[in-house]
Amino acid sequence: MSDLNRTNLIRGVDHSRYGFKDPEKYLFKSRKGLDDEVVRQISVFKKEPDWMLRFRLRALEHFQKMAIPNWGVDLSDLNLNDLYYYVKPTEGEGRTWEEVPDTIKKTFDRLGIPEAEQKFLAGVGAQYESEMVYHNIKEKLAQQGVIFLSIEEGLRKHPQLFREHFGKVVPYSDNTFTALNSSVWSGGSFVYIPPGMRVDLPLQAYFRLNSANIGQFERSLIIADEGAQVHYVEGCTAPLYSRDSFHSGVIEIIVKKRARVRYTTIQNWSTNVYNLVTQRAHVYAGGTMEWVDCNLGSKVTMKYPACYLLEPGAHGEILSMSFAGQGQHLDSGGKMMHLAEETTSKITSKSISKSGGRSSFRGWVKMKQGVKHARTNVVCDALILDPQSRSDTYPDLDTEEEAISVGYEASVSKIDEEQLFYLKSRGLNDDQAVSMVVSGFIEPLMKELPMEYAVEMNRLIQMQMEGSVG
Amino acid sequence: MSELKITDLHVNVSGMPILKGVDLVVRQGEVHAIMGPNATGKSTLAYALMGHPNYQITSGDILWDGKSIIGLKTEEIAQMGIFLAFQYPVAIPGVSVANFLRTAINAHRYAKDPKDKGIPVPEFRQLMLEKMKVLKIDQSMAGRYLNDGFSGGEKKRVEILQMAMLNPKIAILDETDSGLDIDALRIVSKGINTLRGPELGILTITHYQRILNYLKPDIVHVMIDGKIVEFGGPDLALKLEDRGYDWLKVGNGQEIQ
Repeated sequence: MSDLNRTNLIRGVDHSRYGFKDPEKYLFKSRKGLDDEVVRQISVFKKEPDWMLRFRLRALEHFQKMAIPNWGVDLSDLNLNDLYYYVKPTEGEGRTWEEVPDTIKKTFDRLGIPEAEQKFLAGVGAQYESEMVYHNIKEKLAQQGVIFLSIEEGLRKHPQLFREHFGKVVPYSDNTFTALNSSVWSGGSFVYIPPGMRVDLPLQAYFRLNSANIGQFERSLIIADEGAQVHYVEGCTAPLYSRDSFHSGVIEIIVKKRARVRYTTIQNWSTNVYNLVTQRAHVYAGGTMEWVDCNLGSKVTMKYPACYLLEPGAHGEILSMSFAGQGQHLDSGGKMMHLAEETTSKITSKSISKSGGRSSFRGWVKMKQGVKHARTNVVCDALILDPQSRSDTYPDLDTEEEAISVGYEASVSKIDEEQLFYLKSRGLNDDQAVSMVVSGFIEPLMKELPMEYAVEMNRLIQMQMEGSVG
Repeated sequence: MSELKITDLHVNVSGMPILKGVDLVVRQGEVHAIMGPNATGKSTLAYALMGHPNYQITSGDILWDGKSIIGLKTEEIAQMGIFLAFQYPVAIPGVSVANFLRTAINAHRYAKDPKDKGIPVPEFRQLMLEKMKVLKIDQSMAGRYLNDGFSGGEKKRVEILQMAMLNPKIAILDETDSGLDIDALRIVSKGINTLRGPELGILTITHYQRILNYLKPDIVHVMIDGKIVEFGGPDLALKLEDRGYDWLKVGNGQEIQ
C-alpha cells in the first residue's frame, strides 16, 4: 500500500512555519474568558431552545468546580482565561492566497490536492466546486432517510431525536474538558442512519472542507439504528492550521443492535494546538464500534476513544496510531468497558517518536463482575527513532470477573541498524530507509484507512522523515 | 568493464582485527569463490565492501575502476553496481516485496538521473514476474512482507530476485548456500547461473564446496585468519572438500602464531 517511490524533492517540513495571520474581522466574537454571560450569548446567538441553554449553564457550573488535569501531558501553559470561547468569522473574508506560506503550498502540491481545495484548506475563499457534489450526495442520502447535518441544524430540525441522545454517551460531568465543551460547544456533525441502511461517508473532499471549518469546541453526535452501518471520516492528512491554539471536542456515538460504526480520525493540527478530545460510543447487542485514530499533529494531544460494551455480543475495536515529532507530546490510547457477557474488544496501538517527540499509550480495559466469556486483546508497539525521543506505555486492566480472556502484548523498539543497512545496501538513502521501516511499522493500520488517505498519510510521514534533525 | 580491486585490506570489528591484509580482484564477467573455515573473516569482507558502519577499515584500499570507495555511503556503493546477497536477510515487516523492489529500482534510477520519474508500474510488474518465473518464485511472494516469516530457501531466493532486478555489475553472495536443502540449492544456483554473463562479476562466499558444483567458479580463493592464503582453479575446491583446511594452515605457518 505504501507509496514510497516518489522521490524526496522537498526538504524539511517545519510546523512552526505554518502560522497564519488571523483576519481580524468577525461577525460575532465573545469577549475573552468564560462566564455565565458568555455562555448565554452563545446560546442566544445560535437561537437555541431553552433546554440547551440550561444544559450549557449546568456544564459551566460544573466546569468551574473542576481542575485542569495534572496527569498525562503538561497543561501548565494552558491559560483558559485567555481564550475567546466563541468566534464566528465573517464569511468570504480572510487571508489571501499570497499570504499562504510556500511551504504549505508545497505540502498541498505534494499531496496532490487540487488547487481549489488547497485554497479552501488554507482558509482562502469560501467557494468550492465540490460543494455541489457534496450537496447532491446529501440529497440522495436524505431520500433514504439518512440525516447528515451540522450539529446546529440537527438540533433545529430533529429536536426530539437530538435531545434523546445528546449528552447521554458523554455526560458533561465526565471530565474537565467535557464540561468545558458542553458549555461552549459549536460546530460538528449530526448523523442518523436508519435501521438496516448501509452508508459510506469517507468523502474526503467534503470532510476536508468540513474540517477546515471545524470549531475549537466541536461536538458530534452519530446514531446508527439497528443493523445500520456507517463509516465516518473526520479530519484530513493535509496539515490543518487552526486559528485557535485550543481544541477540545466531544464525539458521541450510539451503535444500536447489530449496527456497525467505524469512525476514523486523522489529526494533523499545527504544532501550536492543544488537542484534548473525548470520544465515546455506546454499543448494544451484537453491535460493532471501531475507532481508527491517527494523530500526527498538535503540540499536545490527550485522546482515548472509548467503547462501552453494554449488551451481550457487543464488540469494540480501537486502532490507534501516533507520530510524535519535535516538541510534541501525544498521549493517546483507548478505553474498553465490558459491561455485559460475551463482549469482545481489541486495542491495537502503533506509536512513533522522533526528534525528541514523546508518545504515550494508555490502554484501559475494565471487565465488570459477571461479564462471562468476555474477551479482550491489547497490542501496543512503539518505535523510537532516536535517543532524544521517548515512548511510554500505561496498561490498566481492571477485571472483576474470572471467566474471561485477556491478552496483552507490548513492545518498544528502536530503529534497527541492521534493517537500515540492508535497505541502504539496495540503494536507498538514510531517509528513504527510515521511512520505509516506519511505513512498514504502521502498515497494519494503514490497511484500515480508505485508500486515498493511506496514500497521503504515507507521503506525509515520508515528508516528516526527510531532512530531519536527529 | 568494471573492476573491484581490494589491496592489503585490514578491517577491525569492535577493535578486533579481523581482516589482516586481503588482496583480491574481481572483474565483470568473472566468477570467484572465497572458501574458508567459519569465523575467518569471509563475511567481514562482504560487509566492509558495502561500507557497514561497524566495520572499520584500518588500512589498505578498495578500488572501483581505480577509484577508492572507502568512506562512501552504503547506498552509493550499491548504486555503483555492487550488490550483496546477505547470509541472513533482515525482515522488514509491513513492506511488501514488490514495493521494496520498486523503491530500490527507483533509487538506482534516480542516482543515475535525478530527473528520472521512476519505473512505470506495468514495466516494473512485467520485469518482476519474468524474474520470478526464472527463479521459480510464486507470484504471491510479491505481496508478502519482505523476509517476514520467510523460510530459509525463500529468503535466499528473494535475495537472488533482488539481484536479478537490480542488475549489478559485481554481486557478492554471502553464504547463499547455507540453510538450503539440495532442491532449493539447485533452484537458487540455477537462478544465479541464468544471470551470469560478461556483464556480471560474482564473488561467492561459502565454506562448502557443494554450491560450486553448480556455480563453477573461475577462481577459488581460500581465506584463513583474515588472509587469502591460497588460490587456484575449480579443482582447489574439490581438494578442500577432500582434505579440509588444515593442510593450508600448516602450509602457511598459522599454527605457529
